[in-house]
Amino acid sequence: MITGIAAIGAGLAVIGAGLGIGRIGGSAMDAIARQPEAAGKIQTNMIVAAALVEGAALFAVVVSLLVA
Amino acid sequence: MGCSFYICSGFYATLQERFGMSTTSFKLFTFSVFLSLVGTSNLLGQHGVHGADSLHNAAIAAEHGATDAVHADDAHGAATEAEADFDAAALIMHHIADSHEFHAWGEGEKGFTLPLPVILWTDNGLVSFLSSAFHHDDAGKHVVEQKGQRFVKVHDKIYYANEGADDHGAYVTHGAEHAIENRQPLDFSITKNVFSLLMSAFFLLLLFIPAARSYGRSGGVPKGLAGFLEPLVLFVRDDIARPNIGEHRYAKFMPYLLTAFFFIWINNLIGLIPIFPFSANLTGNIAVTFTLAFFTLIITNVSANKGYWKHIFLPHVPLWLYPIMVPVEIIGILSKPFALMIRLFANISAGHIIILSLVSLIFIFKSVAISPVSVAFVLFMNFIELLVAALQAYIFTLLSALFIGLAHVEEEAHH
Repeated sequence: MITGIAAIGAGLAVIGAGLGIGRIGGSAMDAIARQPEAAGKIQTNMIVAAALVEGAALFAVVVSLLVA
Repeated sequence: MGCSFYICSGFYATLQERFGMSTTSFKLFTFSVFLSLVGTSNLLGQHGVHGADSLHNAAIAAEHGATDAVHADDAHGAATEAEADFDAAALIMHHIADSHEFHAWGEGEKGFTLPLPVILWTDNGLVSFLSSAFHHDDAGKHVVEQKGQRFVKVHDKIYYANEGADDHGAYVTHGAEHAIENRQPLDFSITKNVFSLLMSAFFLLLLFIPAARSYGRSGGVPKGLAGFLEPLVLFVRDDIARPNIGEHRYAKFMPYLLTAFFFIWINNLIGLIPIFPFSANLTGNIAVTFTLAFFTLIITNVSANKGYWKHIFLPHVPLWLYPIMVPVEIIGILSKPFALMIRLFANISAGHIIILSLVSLIFIFKSVAISPVSVAFVLFMNFIELLVAALQAYIFTLLSALFIGLAHVEEEAHH
């Protein structure tokens, strides 16, 4: 049963990551639409921010793996 | 299995003309067919766990090299016993964990593996032998005698063996929750991860020392290898070190940042290649990422200036907030490298787990029809993992540079 709850916890964490990265992507799209010539810089920073948010989600995955 | 590849390449040109495909799409097609065939042959060759009598045969087969092991596998592939249920979780955990041997194919005692040296510091001094002495035993049943001491291996950890076997034939005592209570010698073996670490370090030296030397000979002009590496080095200098550490101080930290960047990138890439000598999951090992984060911690705090420590122990807040602020700041010193450690470890391990799970789909469904889907997914995930390999190296280096830069606090005049 603990393994099941750990799996649910990991899934919930991924919801947070999905929302976060989705928002980052959305803002990046808006910014590129406003200023197409800055697209390269915006894309780089978007990837960096996405990796950091992903890191937070993977914290939760690691904890779930430890529990189960 | 190897001969079919050579036959394929012989027919390459004619088949390509026949079907009128472009070169790249034809290569992709044959590659995916090849992978599906590998998948099926693995499926057919799977066996359950054998008894002690076949241990001997398997040991001889494993120690005689590639061709003999293939013959032994083929002979047994036709007459499989009842297959044990495929345990995907155990297989995946086994493949991302460290191991005393390189596992090539097969399972259990019939597997073909490349043994690595086991080096132990025991009560009687240094003991070393090849891990093939354990004859593929991972359950503590096969005892190795060296220098008057007896060792067994359980789940890839080496213990001092008991005098007598328990009811399962294992020479270890199990405590609560299957924890093993035997003593362990100090294990300094060349495991998969150590081998990969030494190999990648050697490769980095091989790459960078000649490149650096060539600058002297060509009078400062980057040629050849130096020309290939220079944009990467300049990237680390201009986009990571200079903006975060500042113009005056960045040069001192460039060696560390460059080392971290290329070491992590190379080892991430090595983990993605599934063939010996590359298949070790080094950066997905928390001890390795701990060491890297520990270096960042040390370098950040040793190179910090007085302003940094003042902000931690004497922050500019009202006195009644000190009991909250100072512990929080101290935790902050430790939590930043901790996050670095967990981020790299989790990203790389999770990537490997996903790829292994998608390949395991074929064996879970026990059908070859899944293999095109599975291979397509695995290909897609591998591309993402290539991006993640470079990205995680970049993030680690960027955050290290950021922390080093933040540790140098200039006292402003507004206080």
